[in-house]
Amino acid sequence: MSENAANIQAMYQELILDHYRRPRNKGELEGEHTTVAMKNPLCGDEVYLHLSLEGDRVNGISFTGRGCSISQAAASMITQAVKGKTSDEAEALGARYREMIMGDKEAATDKSLGQLRALSGVSKFPARVKCALLAWNALEEGLR
Amino acid sequence: MNRRSDFPLLAMNPGLHYLDSAATSQKPRAVLDAIVNFYETSNANPHRGAYDLSVKATDAYHGARDRIARFFGVSDPATLIFTRGTTEAINLVASSWGGANVAEGDEIVVTGMEHHANFVPWQQLAIAKRARLRICELEPDGTVKVARLAELVTKRTRIIAFSHVSNALGTINPVREIAAIARGAGAISVCDGAQSAPHLAVDFHDLGVDFYAFSGHKMLGPMGIGGLIGRRALLEGMPPYQTGGDMIEFVKDADTTWNVLPHKFEAGTPNAANAVGLAAAVDYLAAIGMDEVRRHELALIESAMTRLSAIDDLHIYGPGPAQRSGVVSFTLGDVHPHDLATILDGAGVCIRAGHHCAQPLMRRLNVPATARASFYVYNDESDIDALVAGIMTAKALFGPAHV
Ligand SMILES: Cc1ncc(COP(=O)(O)O)c(C=O)c1O
Repeated sequence: MSENAANIQAMYQELILDHYRRPRNKGELEGEHTTVAMKNPLCGDEVYLHLSLEGDRVNGISFTGRGCSISQAAASMITQAVKGKTSDEAEALGARYREMIMGDKEAATDKSLGQLRALSGVSKFPARVKCALLAWNALEEGLR
Repeated sequence: MNRRSDFPLLAMNPGLHYLDSAATSQKPRAVLDAIVNFYETSNANPHRGAYDLSVKATDAYHGARDRIARFFGVSDPATLIFTRGTTEAINLVASSWGGANVAEGDEIVVTGMEHHANFVPWQQLAIAKRARLRICELEPDGTVKVARLAELVTKRTRIIAFSHVSNALGTINPVREIAAIARGAGAISVCDGAQSAPHLAVDFHDLGVDFYAFSGHKMLGPMGIGGLIGRRALLEGMPPYQTGGDMIEFVKDADTTWNVLPHKFEAGTPNAANAVGLAAAVDYLAAIGMDEVRRHELALIESAMTRLSAIDDLHIYGPGPAQRSGVVSFTLGDVHPHDLATILDGAGVCIRAGHHCAQPLMRRLNVPATARASFYVYNDESDIDALVAGIMTAKALFGPAHV
């Protein structure tokens, strides 16, 4: 198998396709919350992140939108990962996640990222980095 | 006939299957050489110097205009204005002709398949003038029905703007009939030729339109050069688009008079080297013959459509091969076009995924994006083989669709 083909197989793992097809936390959020829209005008990917904080803690989180498997799986996995975390913890996780997507090898083995490590293969595809960061960019803005 | 060897980028990358010529074409050696040759032998600012080298540059620039005009059947080369491309050519008409001639309550007709370059300038003109933008809806097969378009035309219609060939669907539109409707209504017709100039024999006068816009980079030429062909009487009556050097006759303290065509619309130092490059491109195309270009692409699109439509869950948008240029837009089950493009890229196949700068069309098709493969003179059946193989890889990776 060529290196290209191997990279592609690594990116399109079962877990990612599963989150793409059976997204977690997808839908509107009940009760009072803020919504942040992030769009990639180049490809039309859209993520609307819905967020409610209780004190400093991410209490409710969900997303709506549409797009490629990477943008939608990332939104699904990120919402799972930060639910219940304080905003500081979520920010730290996001910073690490961003490093991983940008190709940091160490970040890609960081256990704190949990399932999100399945997205590390995206770093081999510069054209897709934006897809993987869309939901995180929305969350970062929502936490601010 | 294999023309790949004429194209350095393709010759150097034997595993590359370039199927995105609707976005921009590859460039033959002859074009690259012509550009280098201009800079090596004729470089000076055209129209400016009294010295021999500047005369040489001026001659090269106007010689290029003559050759490109001839390619489009234009006998009066001064009616071919060089622009950066189609986008600038359409903006020129919208701003200059539209600015002077469109008033409140007037109407502008476009179609539902337009590229943003032939949509947004008209929409913005309509907003600025309090005019009305009317959009001709497409038939289910992605074509424009002339009768439907005619129904939108009223005595307030000032402009009918439409693409000759759709970049997103490949649909070839009935230009002559639409031009005749405009003429009958006393409106001007503006034809976006970005996707027809590279692929079909185009004779400006035979099309019967008032304006025709094209981009050099889609027809084997360099980026940054293209043109607007217009009827002389209209161009002469229009105010300048940009002002500055070259386009003036006399500059007095209080006002200025304009240079003659084509200079009136070519402010500033021209893109002479790329005009020369584009002239080499049309010479290359003319040597093949535009009828042969069409025949070659028709064979490829027939094969591609047959082979793609045999794939489960693959949906093709737009009309049959006879009414389409070498463009095929499709979706594959629940595999997002973006993912498909990445997987194909892994197999050396370059396709476009997205809205193709035609968001109004995507809304009408009710899809956020499609995958698009487009063909040109250097493509052959092996490119379709690679496309089909890549699609099968994507299907295998994603498994059966869950839609
Ligand atoms: C139909 C159509 N119109 C207009 C354009 C804009 O051309 P350019 O970007 O060269 O100005 C394009 C190319 O993208 C096109 O395909």
